[in-house]
Amino acid sequence: MIPWIGQPLPRFEDPPLLTGEGRFVADLTRGASFLRFVRSPVAHGRIVAIEAPEQVTAFTAKDLRDVRPIRPLLHRPDFHPIEQPVLASGKVRFVGEPVAVVVAGSPEEAEDAAEQVFVDIEPEDRVISAPEAIRRGAPAVHDHLEGNVVVDARFETERVDEVFSGAAVVVDFDLRNRRQNALPLEARGSIAAYDPRSGRTTLTASVQSPHVVRTVLADLLGMPESDLRVVVPDVGGAFGQKFCLAPEDVVTAWVARRLRTTVSWVEDRRENLISSFHSRDHHYRVRGAFDADARLLAVDADLLCNIGAYSCYPVTCGVEPLMALAEFPGPYDFRTYRVRSRGVTTNTCPMAPYRGVSRPVITLAMERLMDLAAVRFDIEPAEIRRRNLISEFPYASATGLVYDEGSYVESLDRAVEAIGLEDFRDCQAAARSEGRYLGIGFSVFSERTGYGTSAFAARSMDVTPGYETVDLAMDPSGNVEARLGASPHGQGLETTLAQLIGDRLGVEPARVRIVHGDTDRTPYGWGTFASRSLVIAGGAARLASDRLAAKLAAIASAELEAAPEDIVIRAGRATVAGTDAGIEVADLARLAYHSSHRLAAGMDPGLTVTASYDPAGTFSNACHVATVEVDPETGGVRVDRFVVVEDAGRLINPMIVDGQLHGGVTQGIAGALYEEIRYDGEGNILTTSLMDFLPPTLAEVPTIEVHHLETISDATITGAKGLGEGGTIGAPAAIINAVSDALRPLGVEVAEVPATPSRLRRLVSESERIPA
Amino acid sequence: MSERTKAEVTLAVNGRSYRVRVEPRRTLADTLRDDCGLTGTHLGCEHGVCGACTILADGQPVRSCLMFAVQCEGMDLRTVEDLADGDRLHPIQEAFWENHGLQCGFCTPGFLMLAAGYLEQNPDPDDDELRAVLSSNLCRCTGYQNILKSVRQAAEVMRG
Repeated sequence: MIPWIGQPLPRFEDPPLLTGEGRFVADLTRGASFLRFVRSPVAHGRIVAIEAPEQVTAFTAKDLRDVRPIRPLLHRPDFHPIEQPVLASGKVRFVGEPVAVVVAGSPEEAEDAAEQVFVDIEPEDRVISAPEAIRRGAPAVHDHLEGNVVVDARFETERVDEVFSGAAVVVDFDLRNRRQNALPLEARGSIAAYDPRSGRTTLTASVQSPHVVRTVLADLLGMPESDLRVVVPDVGGAFGQKFCLAPEDVVTAWVARRLRTTVSWVEDRRENLISSFHSRDHHYRVRGAFDADARLLAVDADLLCNIGAYSCYPVTCGVEPLMALAEFPGPYDFRTYRVRSRGVTTNTCPMAPYRGVSRPVITLAMERLMDLAAVRFDIEPAEIRRRNLISEFPYASATGLVYDEGSYVESLDRAVEAIGLEDFRDCQAAARSEGRYLGIGFSVFSERTGYGTSAFAARSMDVTPGYETVDLAMDPSGNVEARLGASPHGQGLETTLAQLIGDRLGVEPARVRIVHGDTDRTPYGWGTFASRSLVIAGGAARLASDRLAAKLAAIASAELEAAPEDIVIRAGRATVAGTDAGIEVADLARLAYHSSHRLAAGMDPGLTVTASYDPAGTFSNACHVATVEVDPETGGVRVDRFVVVEDAGRLINPMIVDGQLHGGVTQGIAGALYEEIRYDGEGNILTTSLMDFLPPTLAEVPTIEVHHLETISDATITGAKGLGEGGTIGAPAAIINAVSDALRPLGVEVAEVPATPSRLRRLVSESERIPA
Repeated sequence: MSERTKAEVTLAVNGRSYRVRVEPRRTLADTLRDDCGLTGTHLGCEHGVCGACTILADGQPVRSCLMFAVQCEGMDLRTVEDLADGDRLHPIQEAFWENHGLQCGFCTPGFLMLAAGYLEQNPDPDDDELRAVLSSNLCRCTGYQNILKSVRQAAEVMRG
């Protein structure tokens, strides 16, 4: 099967995971002691005392006084740093914040011991929502930060007010996207093992970025980075929640070093829902100005992001508001733009990026703007999009982002055709006459992926991620090993990279081993997040493969007495183009190590190369369209059809691509209709189990129809664009537009997600029109 | 809790007998994982919603996090480790592999055992039945599309 690129190859990752041989953190705790965190039951307060009975081994901030606080940094004047002690010190700032840690011989004993720790907290006034936190006189979550605004970014082009005052139509609306939890099915956890012989500590952790964890652990614990090893075993999903540093992991490493032993922390689901990173929780006010032909002229937006009690490392709490500011225009062509985007601290669980980061919400905002305007102009939602989508490339947005070639209009047209828009409108009209409420919703969006250091540097990050490095070696037997700093956890990267490398080196992917998730064995890298690994680690793998192929060709050219440029490496053989003369790649490998005296003068023995890749980034694009039926009596929504037309450039493994889209769309549907972390007014969390926080099951998820377009841009060297987040970015807008379309005869427009049955019932009951 | 509160239990798991001493409060899932060393059964919520810990007890899919080990003496327990026949994967495992029915693989053992238990008793289900049964468990990665496809294919293969 040549070429391997483009083949739906079954994954190399799967056999152990299918047979119970997977190894997740909780499977590796044998011989370890168990930690249990004592967590704050109070949203905001002063710690008066923490007392543990003598027989309980417990540590508090006092014991950890040499551990530095987590202090994520952006170097920009509109950012105010806040600090997080790894165990609460002096104050608690959210319900669930770790206050103390106990150590015991079994998880049960650790839970019993934690219950015996007495924590006396003097409660103080708290702020839970972002609008509340910026009100004059609101309690300060961090003493030095009056007003609770951590980042306050603005951007404004010329003539905004002028364009609005001359507009034919101005659309004005509020949008509220409530709080979610990324909810990987495996919660967080780590095992720290101190080795007295070497003095080194190994942290085996369920994380997305092993090298970053090693660096920050060394910084916070004040130890040489070379004394730390971070190992990432199988990871049961992450979706961003395991990208930012867990304070608990720092404590786990500290306890292991302090007790000179092995200790483990396995988070339970309740802890995960309460105190693992949350996401979303945005309030927007949006205005859009249109000319008489329904062309969008300008957008004016005020974006408020609740960032929780602390800022996340390394990306900082600026990630949501700053990405929202820069990428708000999405795939639409307008030049006049004013935005204020704030990140506000509150007495709630800290936020971290979750699949899509702010883009599910800004896409929802832009797509609501399009639908609300379409209603005003009385035209099809598809038509208003067609008039406003970007269609010439490269396109530079109002905020200066440069979009490479995409298929925005084509994806929309293809989606209109796939869903059968005209037929749907007929069905919808017929259903309405029977008192049934059907709706259709479109969502067209861009997904910025595979961006390197230049994009992160634009946010002025103290820690600037971006590149990836691949160390590639062919061993004397002709097998290949690629070692990378990317850290896949379900994305199938071992398979797709083996396909990429296999093609270039003429070896079967099964003979390409991908090594990741071990800082002792892999080059420094940034891990797997932000739809980057196939583009960036894949790009580095491609560059490294080119180098290795060039060396193989050079050796072959000497053996076959031909020019190196005439050597073709395919299907395990290096041949001279146009002749039968050839040599097995495996023989070249053997020669490179065992007969190096025959190599050309100056050529190093062996077959090992390294390459790095740091692209500016690329834009995938897609159109999602959903049809729904809403029951106005119960507020229930049934998603009947969901169509995705995706353009992520060249597909390396289409089966894996579709899997990413299915999962992404399902998380998008979840955010639109079901999942919500709720707090009461005192900052107690009300959704502490999966009976309250409701991920969808197969009963709620429709068949997801996927269509592909393949625009090959030169923004990436493999032609592949990222797509890990697209499903989650686009789906909420398609669903919410569809629900609004269904209920429009009742005068309902959804402005708050998730659109739960109770919210929809309330909207229907508050509207003046009575359901037929 | 101490040694003297522990009970001695004999569990029949995957055709093997395990004699374990456990506290009465120890769940079957913890016992399988920690006392029998069978870590293929995963814990996603420990309150009976996610189904990652699904195993077969006397042929029925059950949440092993909602049972105590001391309840299970005399039952025929089967976990994911018993599904393959040596190196030969079970048709359900084969189907999950071919159809990309898993991504991170954490929920997979639960879905495999759920499907195995169901298909053994209902070899010819229609799609509505399969959707209803598979909605017992949570998956966070796949959007369930390829899980449904995998189980549908496995049912065909198993019917022969």
